[in-house]
Amino acid sequence: MTSGLWHLVLSGVWTTLQLLVLGALLATAVSFIVGMARTHRLWIVRFAAGVYTEVFRGTSTLIMIFWVFFVLPLAFGWQLVPMWAGTLALGLTYGAYGAEIVRGALNSVDPAQCEGGIALGFTPWQRMRKILLPQAVPEMIPSFCNLLVELLKGTALVSVMGMGDLAFSGNLVRLALQESAEIYAYILLIYFVIAFLLTRMMRLLEHRLKARAGKTPRPHVLVPEPVGGGLS
Amino acid sequence: MSADTPLVKEPDAQAGPAATAGELIRFDRVTKRFGDHTVLDRLDFSVDAGKHVTLIGPSGSGKTTILRLLMTLAEPDEGTITVAGQQLFPAGEKQIREIRKNIGMVFQQFNLFPNMKVLRNITEAPVTVLGLSKDEAEQRARELLDLVGLSDHLDKYPGQLSGGQQQRVAIARALAMRPQVLLLDEVTSALDPELVAGVLDVLRDIARTTDITMLCVTHEMNFARDISDEVLMFDSGRVIEAGSPEKIFSTPEHTRTREFLSAVL
Amino acid sequence: MTWDWGAVRDFMPHFWDGLLVTLQALALGSLISFALGLVWALLMQTPGLPHARTNSRGWYPLVRWPVGIVTEFIRDTPLLVQLFFLFYVLPEWGLTFSALTTGVVAIGLHYSTYTMQVYRAGIEAVPTGQWEAATALSLPPTRTWTAVILPQAIRRVVPALGNYVIAILKDTPVLMAITVLDMLGEARLFSQQHFQFTEPLTVIGVAFVLISYPASLLLRALERRLVR
Repeated sequence: MTSGLWHLVLSGVWTTLQLLVLGALLATAVSFIVGMARTHRLWIVRFAAGVYTEVFRGTSTLIMIFWVFFVLPLAFGWQLVPMWAGTLALGLTYGAYGAEIVRGALNSVDPAQCEGGIALGFTPWQRMRKILLPQAVPEMIPSFCNLLVELLKGTALVSVMGMGDLAFSGNLVRLALQESAEIYAYILLIYFVIAFLLTRMMRLLEHRLKARAGKTPRPHVLVPEPVGGGLS
Repeated sequence: MSADTPLVKEPDAQAGPAATAGELIRFDRVTKRFGDHTVLDRLDFSVDAGKHVTLIGPSGSGKTTILRLLMTLAEPDEGTITVAGQQLFPAGEKQIREIRKNIGMVFQQFNLFPNMKVLRNITEAPVTVLGLSKDEAEQRARELLDLVGLSDHLDKYPGQLSGGQQQRVAIARALAMRPQVLLLDEVTSALDPELVAGVLDVLRDIARTTDITMLCVTHEMNFARDISDEVLMFDSGRVIEAGSPEKIFSTPEHTRTREFLSAVL
Repeated sequence: MTWDWGAVRDFMPHFWDGLLVTLQALALGSLISFALGLVWALLMQTPGLPHARTNSRGWYPLVRWPVGIVTEFIRDTPLLVQLFFLFYVLPEWGLTFSALTTGVVAIGLHYSTYTMQVYRAGIEAVPTGQWEAATALSLPPTRTWTAVILPQAIRRVVPALGNYVIAILKDTPVLMAITVLDMLGEARLFSQQHFQFTEPLTVIGVAFVLISYPASLLLRALERRLVR
């Protein structure tokens, strides 16, 4: 491979990383907003959040990407630059999965903790912020770690739209060299390395957060949730 | 083997060359540790063929570990264990399997296979291990279910039976292999009090009518008195006192034995 | 925003064609992932008792290690790129399959690395007492697996495997990237020919929700019945 082609691959890595970070930020925001909304005391809020998660988890990420790229501009006149369109599609879908993680972790906090907050006269938002979240967040990390790897894999889907991410650069190099095995092996390896680094970082984060929440981190076997699976 | 052979085979038939007159099981300076905790401490004891031996003693004194070692569910750290003249550790996989065939075990938690009906729980091993035909094995299973008083339940799954019934099935399952030795590991501890008597009656029956060697860990002292030829009192990984049930229960010598008995009786 | 019911009507025949392909890919991909996942899971297990020492244990790390690394690699890299790899590389090696076959294999392989973890969890959830009882009865290892452990393990994991069927369903659209005319492939083709994007894409989006949401409700019911 020539250095020009490597340059192509590197710019692909950069695009993939940008998509990953932006998508993760949006997905995190969506996860917490929708996930907390699903524990809201008003049924209408819970219902709306439930519809959101079921619709976005019910459909396929790639169809969502097509929708954002093709239907959104026609239907609402929003012509987004590809990076934002990709971020939007990924953030909204993976946010729906994340919302289930947040909801599950909030529900698993001992109800007595919440009652303690009520007894102290905390408002619902204060209870959420000072009691529930600090205990629930460390519990979410392993699941979020899996989701982050799934998001990384999901970023490859935008290459179908012609965005110059890592997967797309692989296709370009293949066309240039008329040779597939080597370049795709490299591309897969790069994805694997990124995923590996992500999981290590998340594990570190978990240790930090658990230490702060006054819990000892326990060793766990990660059984990834089926992203796309209908259940939490 | 035809259906009218005795339920339990003659103990001496399979005994290896090194077996001395009647001695079936021998522990020689056996030590077993879990981490820093020494469960068995240079333990020596032997059991003669056909005898019923009961192990008593406080919880955690290593009684269950003895049964687990004999069943090769655990390995000793030091010492040797021989069954019918054959050494258990180290031994080849094949040899271990041969020895295992002569030993049956009934567990505290029954450990019936929940995915198999009662009949199949009993016939599975005789068919696959001993090579009995399905008919022979079922014939044997029916006799044994008769013995434990569960003839009407052979078509049920274990989950549909009470704990006491499950444990009786587990006894029948162990006997279906016609072992020389039957290991009973606190077989009534997981049962509701009203179900204990039924299981113990079955075991008394077996002890009386067969010449199977029994090694029994129990907290049921009356049962131990009834069936035992010998009672071994355990404490801190060693046998501190041994003797006939009359001697142990009526005139215990060791202070620890007296303390233990006064606590449980 | 205009919604053209005429376009929906025109698209529907293509939709049914695409649905059929999607369901084929789903069924075959699921079957491969279930079978292969079980193979991975068994290769990752030591034979016989978890704590039993047998003399034949020495070669096992030699199997576990590579299987562990390969499956983690497959699990942590995008299905899309794996699809490209198989689609473009296999012909170079002289193996030519149809695009759908390639896609089914890729999906089955990819998801087998997930189902293996489901099986493993199921196997580990079988109580130790079951292993011990099998040992006490002298059952040989193969019999212990096939008659005692796996029947119990698989019963436990059926709902979890069902979740992956739904996950696979939602990943089938990537087959479009290697020219398979699944639902999304049909929708894209139709869009390009008629310059109508909204209707076909919305139709298949709704179709996915209509299939996967009731399916997940069904699974939840199944889970309640099986896991007692």
